[in-house]
Amino acid sequence: MSTFIEKLGNIDRRVIFVVMALAVIIPLAVRLSLPIPIDEGPSKDMYDAVDALPPGSTVLLSFDYDPSTMPELQPMAIALVQQLMTKDIKIVSLALWPMGVSLGNEALSYVSDSLGREEYVDWVNLGYKTGGGVLIVRMGSDIKSVFPEDYNGVPVDDIPVMDQINILGDFDMIISLSAGDPGIPAWVMMAGDRYDISIGGGCTAVSAPQFYPYLGTGQMVGLLGGLKGAADYETMVRIGVDDPPAGTATPGMAAQSVAHLVIMLFIVLGNISYLANKKRKGGVK
Amino acid sequence: MNWTVIGIWLGALLSLSLYSFLYKDNPFYKFAEHLFVGMSAGYWVIYTIMNVLIPNWWNNLVPAEGGMQPIWLIPGVLGLFMVLRVVPKLSGLSRFSLALIVGTGAGLSMTAMFQTNALAQVNGTIIALGQGGGWFDWVSNLILVAGVVCGLVYFFFSKAHTGVIGGAANVGITLLMVAFGASFGYTVMARISLLIGQTQFLLFDWLPTMGIHL
Repeated sequence: MSTFIEKLGNIDRRVIFVVMALAVIIPLAVRLSLPIPIDEGPSKDMYDAVDALPPGSTVLLSFDYDPSTMPELQPMAIALVQQLMTKDIKIVSLALWPMGVSLGNEALSYVSDSLGREEYVDWVNLGYKTGGGVLIVRMGSDIKSVFPEDYNGVPVDDIPVMDQINILGDFDMIISLSAGDPGIPAWVMMAGDRYDISIGGGCTAVSAPQFYPYLGTGQMVGLLGGLKGAADYETMVRIGVDDPPAGTATPGMAAQSVAHLVIMLFIVLGNISYLANKKRKGGVK
Repeated sequence: MNWTVIGIWLGALLSLSLYSFLYKDNPFYKFAEHLFVGMSAGYWVIYTIMNVLIPNWWNNLVPAEGGMQPIWLIPGVLGLFMVLRVVPKLSGLSRFSLALIVGTGAGLSMTAMFQTNALAQVNGTIIALGQGGGWFDWVSNLILVAGVVCGLVYFFFSKAHTGVIGGAANVGITLLMVAFGASFGYTVMARISLLIGQTQFLLFDWLPTMGIHL
């Protein structure tokens, strides 16, 4: 028995990979469903902040990510756009990351088509501009000089949704879906603190801890962290909606939970094996 | 020919080639890796030319309505200086461009960075213990304030970490470890999320092309 326990510490890493793969594949294949309780927290704060906006408000939605972080951020984008369009809130989108333009357009078109909304009347995608923080500062004084036309080449002066929008301060809220820099930190620094605009956001799980201080100080109104945040939002947006569209984050969280259990199991087994080995070699100090 | 199906198959085969590295290094992995690096480099060059250089610089230098705007030659020359880094004899010229970038970036973000990441955080930490009203808020505020102070004490090296200072430093490092643990947990979640995303693609996009519906 003791030899078996000691050997647990030397499991071939490929065995661990196979077990991890199964821990992800099986819950997805059998469509395992686990409850996602919505408690008070950054995801709920984000939902409530958007929910509190009156119909007809205009929100700036910045797609600051690329396909490498799609599994986490794209479900957030779809759920957020769904909530905004359902509440008749106008969306002006842009991207600080080049590939964010097409990903944003995918989310906007998908939800817009399903809800019968109209491009240029209910939403517009201004496209990508390089510059990050410098770009945001310039937008603070004149958006139309930074984005004279949208990503299709349509002049912004001819776009109805841009009629009342000239500076960042004209937006009721800015939401950044961020996979790094430029992203949430740039919006908080150059827009939120400088022009006193509400900033909300969604980010990859890796970067979530660094944004929590912004929540405590009120520099951000809410935050969706990783796949969990996306699943929270999908769940909240679906409440009271008949036949809601399928999301990818909620089923993903069941696989996530099983994978975490497997990781914890391996950590426990590794520690048991470590202590057993240590005891055999001379006792635990 | 259905290009969507071809795209899905290419994506699936390249994904499996990359995951094959988990067994051991092999030619399929090498091929996928080199293809990814090459395609990324090529894509970015074209993307930068079409979406950055042409709209932001060329269209300003030579506007559609005619006439040339010579002022836009300045950023063009500075950009050229950056490219000259590949010519050893002229690589020093890139310092002019870099100086401008670093100077602008530092000037623009210095006060904003200090305000957002230092002053606002200090302001958020100096709170009344009773703020919030309930006993839970009281305890929470106490942990926040004491935790920050103890964390700072741990990085105060001008006095030996013994006695009260040592105790506070121990509390500080314990709280820092809790923060690192939470950060590691989030990192694990992020990596598993990427695996889940790719698995969803393989199960629900690729397998159906072979008639397998889960």
